[in-house]
Amino acid sequence: MKTPFKSSRRDFLKASGLVLGFTIPGAVRIAEAAADFRPNAYLRIGADNSVTVVCGLSEMGQGVHTAIPMLVAEELDADWSRVRVVQAPVDQAFANPIFHMQATGGSTSVRGHWEPMRKAGAAAREMLVGAAAASWKVDAAQCRTEKGVVHGPGGKKMTYGQLAARASSQPVPKEPKLKDPGQFKILGHGLRRLDTPQKVNGSGRYGMDVRLPGMLTAVLARPPVPGGKVVSFDDRKAKAIKGVRQVIQIPDGVAVLADGYWPALKGREALDIKWDNGPNAALSSDGVTKMLTAATLQEGKVARNEGNVVGANAAKTLEAVYEAPYLAHACMEPMNCTAWVKADSVEIWAGTQSQGPNQGILSHVAAVDPKQVKVNTMLLGGGFGRRFAPDFTIAATLLSKQAGKPVKLVYSREDDMHGYFYRPASVTRFTGGLDASGNPVAFSARVASPSIMEASGFMKLPPDGVDEFGVEGVKDVPYDFPNLRVEYSRQEPGVQVWFWRSVGHSQNIFFSESFVDEMAHAAGKDPFEFRRALLSKQPRYKGVLEMAAEKAGWGRPLAPGLGRGIAVAQSFGSYVAEVAEVSIQPDGKPKVHRVVAAVDCGQYVNPEIIKRQVESAIVYGLTAALYGQITFKDGRVEQSNFHDYQMLRINEMPKVEVHIVKSAEAPGGMGEPGLPPLAPAVTAAIFAASGKRIRKLPIDPAQLKA
Amino acid sequence: MITLNVNGKAVKVDVDPDTPILWALRDNLGMTGSKFGCGMALCGACTVHLNGAPIRSCSTPVSQAVGKKITTIEAVHTSALGKAVQAAWIKNDVPQCGYCQSGQIMSAVALLAANKNPSDQQIDEAMAGNVCRCGTYNQIRAAIKDAAATLTA
Repeated sequence: MKTPFKSSRRDFLKASGLVLGFTIPGAVRIAEAAADFRPNAYLRIGADNSVTVVCGLSEMGQGVHTAIPMLVAEELDADWSRVRVVQAPVDQAFANPIFHMQATGGSTSVRGHWEPMRKAGAAAREMLVGAAAASWKVDAAQCRTEKGVVHGPGGKKMTYGQLAARASSQPVPKEPKLKDPGQFKILGHGLRRLDTPQKVNGSGRYGMDVRLPGMLTAVLARPPVPGGKVVSFDDRKAKAIKGVRQVIQIPDGVAVLADGYWPALKGREALDIKWDNGPNAALSSDGVTKMLTAATLQEGKVARNEGNVVGANAAKTLEAVYEAPYLAHACMEPMNCTAWVKADSVEIWAGTQSQGPNQGILSHVAAVDPKQVKVNTMLLGGGFGRRFAPDFTIAATLLSKQAGKPVKLVYSREDDMHGYFYRPASVTRFTGGLDASGNPVAFSARVASPSIMEASGFMKLPPDGVDEFGVEGVKDVPYDFPNLRVEYSRQEPGVQVWFWRSVGHSQNIFFSESFVDEMAHAAGKDPFEFRRALLSKQPRYKGVLEMAAEKAGWGRPLAPGLGRGIAVAQSFGSYVAEVAEVSIQPDGKPKVHRVVAAVDCGQYVNPEIIKRQVESAIVYGLTAALYGQITFKDGRVEQSNFHDYQMLRINEMPKVEVHIVKSAEAPGGMGEPGLPPLAPAVTAAIFAASGKRIRKLPIDPAQLKA
Repeated sequence: MITLNVNGKAVKVDVDPDTPILWALRDNLGMTGSKFGCGMALCGACTVHLNGAPIRSCSTPVSQAVGKKITTIEAVHTSALGKAVQAAWIKNDVPQCGYCQSGQIMSAVALLAANKNPSDQQIDEAMAGNVCRCGTYNQIRAAIKDAAATLTA
């Protein structure tokens, strides 16, 4: 490499900072170590023809470590077999374009990066072509690219690796030309995931697997009641245990630090702590239900109001109250974080969904400059929103600061289950009106739940008093109801709530789609046809509804004892309808035999990953519908591990079919939208099979016992 | 000091005899392929083989492993069967988050070692102790059948 190269690279980085929308400091820092072609922060091409995509998003199973490289590789015309992916550091260059901070969630990864990542690949491709054209003294228009090779006139060709050094001095295209979707060779194809090999041989590194020299493992005793405090503690027995090194109190509780998890756990068991249980000592799930239900009898803040639900001339009215419980995420990998706080810096290793926010938060926690906070993102053993929260990174940072050593804080399964950050409990009261022909004339809903916006720490309840997560899935009910009113009442029983896969839609679509099913039956109409007639202005809803019905054989006879239910939802920019086939076993437990899903997520990256994400969301939703509930008694969470917070297992797994609509619409999210329609499809099928209406989750088999 | 046989090698660990095998592997031996999920033998993420039988290493103390052979995910490729199962997992692109998959593979290898052509019900019985929160069960079943097909071919 020649010396003039250096300054031209800097110029191009400045230019690319403008063109590609990332900040220059990060790009320069990452590029300065480069010997290979680094056209931007997201891509490196080596002289050995390797293509490395630098991914700022967290891989938690949703396939982002494959989808992001596919976006880059498509426009780069890369040889997919040479593409690999590495995890990015925390840097503004990797801010999620939808969140404006480096974070993974809200099914935003493909939606936010569809264009920026393609542009990153396209810009690099044009520079490689420019370098080849200059070498051959031909016009760039005479060159074409295919599988990591630039082809020129007269059979000339050079690989990207051969061109890497020269490409760096090419000008950065201001508006790199993107392909027409018809030219795609990678996007839209079910390529294998890049992260599979490391996940079948034990070599993949999760936060839990981090080991540093001199590191201590911490287990933290936290208040048994939300909002509780330590009054005093006796750590003499804990310190007598072999391997226990330190006992440290932080605001969250008392931690035992030891040579490994087992002595730390034994040390914690030996702690004698006196707690002040605080204002929530009497918290009970019955109390929560009463509080939320009572709120639905009072007028709430208006979230949506069309026509006049009171004046609607209904021949028949129906009312129903629906309820959903608090839920834990129960990621397979319990929360954990390794932190190393030095005099003026913090470094963490964690499976986190929120690198950007953590950088700011931990700089405050440790009183260091935000630039001195390094976040090493490990593989996430599940996320589902839980790993967006900073409780475990803050606690690990505080412990390392006090211990003066690297500390790995590990939540036991019980700690994880008792760790709050739950999906909110919620109650919704519906009223519906039908005219004499069974056409809906009014639909109203009153939602009562805690506010996720207020709980998040980075949002506030807006002036209208309506929490967007509290009402999503009810407020945006898509049906042609002439009179419609949705109200929201914020109620705070005192438990930290949080984002849980599909957020408000996770319970609200169960509520609203179930009530629509009730309206259909009250009208004496087929639930599919009833919906379809009300969706004439909603082609994408209607499209997936019809596709799911057709693929599932809606209307065709089922085996005796089986019922079929349907539901449809839009969330995170994608439309999903699901048909479930369910029977009731003699003990009242429903068995889900088959789920057929139809998905319209617009243009998409990888259909195999979409199918797996929908199937995954169906399992997550079914687990919650059958088993999921976090309940409180005397302020304490009653569940603790997988025996009383059960997971769906292989013997309960339904057949799942996922059908994808061909679409030219903008890409939608895919990590969450498969979940919302599952519970209402299952409970509608239960109604079809048994005549019994489930209005409260989880489904109570006692209600269904013959 | 307790002497264990892990993946064919004798190793010494300085732990109390009640220490679960999982933590001796992970914290003392640095073998992090076996995962911690529940600590109560409820999820199967920690599954290893003890003399060829699948056990939950989070709830089995090292004292019970003395004089026996522990096999972990790190050595599963050394047998033809283990290799076939890993290949079937790759062919079916089974993992999502992947955290449970070491345990799933260890349970699947133990199943196929005892039964080269398991029925769906036998797969359910052998695998119901392994939770996958991402819901990859249908892919796990397909991969076990693929591995079985290569073994019986």
